[in-house]
Amino acid sequence: MKKKLLALLMAVVMVTSLTACSSKKSTGDSDKTKTEATEAPASDDTASKSDFVVSMITDTGGVNDQSFNQSAWEGLQELNKSTGAKVSYIESKQETDYTTNLDKCVDDGSNLVWGIGFSMADALKTAASTNPDVSYAIVDNSYGDQTPSNVTGVMFRAQEPSFIVGYIAGKTTTTGKVGFVGGISSDLIDQFEYGYKAGVDYAANELGKKITVDAQYAESFSDAAKGKAIANKMFSDGCDIVFHAAGGVGVGVIEAAKEANKFAIGVDRDQAYLAPKNVLTSALKLVGTAVKLVSEKAAKGEQIGGQTFTFGLTEDAVGIPDKNPNMDPAVYEAAMKVQQSIKDGTIVPPSNKDTYKEFGKTLSK
Amino acid sequence: MQKIANILKKQITSTIIAIIFGFIVAAIILAATGYSPADAFTAMFEGIFSRPKYISNVIIKSTPIILTGLSVAFAFKTGLFNMGAEGQYIMSSVFATIVGIKLDLPPVLQIPMVILAGVFAGAVYGAVVGYLKARFGIHEVITSIMLNWVALYFSNFIVSLKTFHQPNSTATFTVNESSFTTILHKWKVSPEGIAWLKEHPTIMDVLLKTDVNIGIIVAIIMVIVISILLNRTTKGYELKAVGFNKDAAEFAGINVKKNILHSMIIAGAIAGLAGALSVTGVQPHRISTMAAFENYGFNGLSVALIAANSPIGCLFAGLLFAGLLYGGQSIQSTIGAPSEVINIMIGTIVFFVALTRIVPVLADKLAKRGEKHAH
Repeated sequence: MKKKLLALLMAVVMVTSLTACSSKKSTGDSDKTKTEATEAPASDDTASKSDFVVSMITDTGGVNDQSFNQSAWEGLQELNKSTGAKVSYIESKQETDYTTNLDKCVDDGSNLVWGIGFSMADALKTAASTNPDVSYAIVDNSYGDQTPSNVTGVMFRAQEPSFIVGYIAGKTTTTGKVGFVGGISSDLIDQFEYGYKAGVDYAANELGKKITVDAQYAESFSDAAKGKAIANKMFSDGCDIVFHAAGGVGVGVIEAAKEANKFAIGVDRDQAYLAPKNVLTSALKLVGTAVKLVSEKAAKGEQIGGQTFTFGLTEDAVGIPDKNPNMDPAVYEAAMKVQQSIKDGTIVPPSNKDTYKEFGKTLSK
Repeated sequence: MQKIANILKKQITSTIIAIIFGFIVAAIILAATGYSPADAFTAMFEGIFSRPKYISNVIIKSTPIILTGLSVAFAFKTGLFNMGAEGQYIMSSVFATIVGIKLDLPPVLQIPMVILAGVFAGAVYGAVVGYLKARFGIHEVITSIMLNWVALYFSNFIVSLKTFHQPNSTATFTVNESSFTTILHKWKVSPEGIAWLKEHPTIMDVLLKTDVNIGIIVAIIMVIVISILLNRTTKGYELKAVGFNKDAAEFAGINVKKNILHSMIIAGAIAGLAGALSVTGVQPHRISTMAAFENYGFNGLSVALIAANSPIGCLFAGLLFAGLLYGGQSIQSTIGAPSEVINIMIGTIVFFVALTRIVPVLADKLAKRGEKHAH
């Protein structure tokens, strides 16, 4: 009897601890989901003029990841409001879910299926080949010449907002030393790193002084503790502004800025809410805008397959927030001028090591 | 009274009651959040049964959790809480991936090598827990939970190494094709294969669109092997005796320490088998940087709970659990309920199943009261 009760107790404890673990990622955002969820079907009724069906598959981060999955879903909801297209999502819990989820959407009558994130690249290609009648699109990945005719790649010129925030950092720093924290090294993160470095150099050139950039990688997109440790080291080494392009790692970077009372620069979305006094600005990469734009094209019946769209400042899919309370207004003005010159092509921010070197040569004059 | 008590005491009755209760509570939650429970459940069951490929997917997804469930259930039968199935699963997938990438033999040799590497890694990882328990008396729940994290970070470390890391991704390279345990994986994408499949749409649906693999057969064999081991062999008797009462077992001349170690090695090996079969059997045939546990081991805990630690039960509980996970996804896309509601639903069902242990206790009381009245 005693043993049974003990077993029961253990069982209950285990299950509650399990649910506690698995519910972790959605805390703090449940209110938002609720409103989103109630909004979606409501707007369905009022604006059901289109029978275009768009669905998206999240990566393992889930739909409330405070990052690109969430942004993509927001983009689809806007699409639903503006065109009445039916939208839905399926969350992937494990990597092995990608292929089955990408395939399942087809049975729900989807015309366009979005894969969010480059980790889905292989799975999406497989799904596209077994479902030739459905259009697929993927964020942050380009298949280059091998793009199948029913697949669309969506890329961002992340070096553009990175250049602007780099310029802002260069203009704002008082110590002459700024930092960069990357996630896992890849072409994608290179855009951020070298765009940022070039921006800092550009500002240094303008001010006629030397500013060094300290760059480090966390080898993770989720380890906030590591981000905090790296940022702490940078701040104590004399950096006063640290930019991150490292997903969840960046939460730690911003926390370190808050504790050291220095500045951090956010990424992807306006991250000022994480530390209103210590986030200088954010390099926006609006996945939702891109998802919406491409979906609209597809809904209109335009041919989107077999190619890669690249979004940048000219499409308003990247940039910096309008409100930056911690920034000197004069710096903001100057940054807007830089933004304009990127838009009209006078400045071409580098996206990797080689183009960065070439960019450096043009500056030294 | 006695009759009702007897029926209630049957494990299967209480499990079914629990599942029904789980659905009722889930229905209430759905209704409270403004979604029709009937629609939701229809969507879910359609998402499981309406097409052959869905059934195939449920079976594929159930394979690893049947095995991790079996691992937990086996350990429990021998008196140990194997909270470390998650870690053993991860270690196994890491070593299976390493061997799968580095070795390229003909499939007949390659597949056993890759799977054995995984099973061995899982067994060794289980053995660490067993040794600490047997030698120093450190509680296995503590050590196995800690080792889960070690496994997670070890896996991330391996992914980050240059030799294994696929550039511009967060994952390793895929294992060599010779290690795939997917059925007819080469033929089904070849021109002849596709031509043949086009004439047989049902088979095409299942074969081409899902990763049909040998995993489930292995899982069924393991379930039978473990049942026989526990119930029909001397070793099984020894293992169970240690679980029932350590002191009595020792008094009867059974080597308690050795049996604890053996039990954890076997449990680790079973969880390891799950990891290796996932790498070889399902896309993407590789491991990736993990932010959090993928829950193969923890879902195994739930499976073992639902199965009341019966090896055969794990088979059905694994299928049920995989069905809930896979079918549950259809609820979002069909009626628009946020996926959190679905998670709550699954959680509720598991919770109620865990509570079924109350039912036999209540039944006991019922029977005792009956006896009292009879006197």
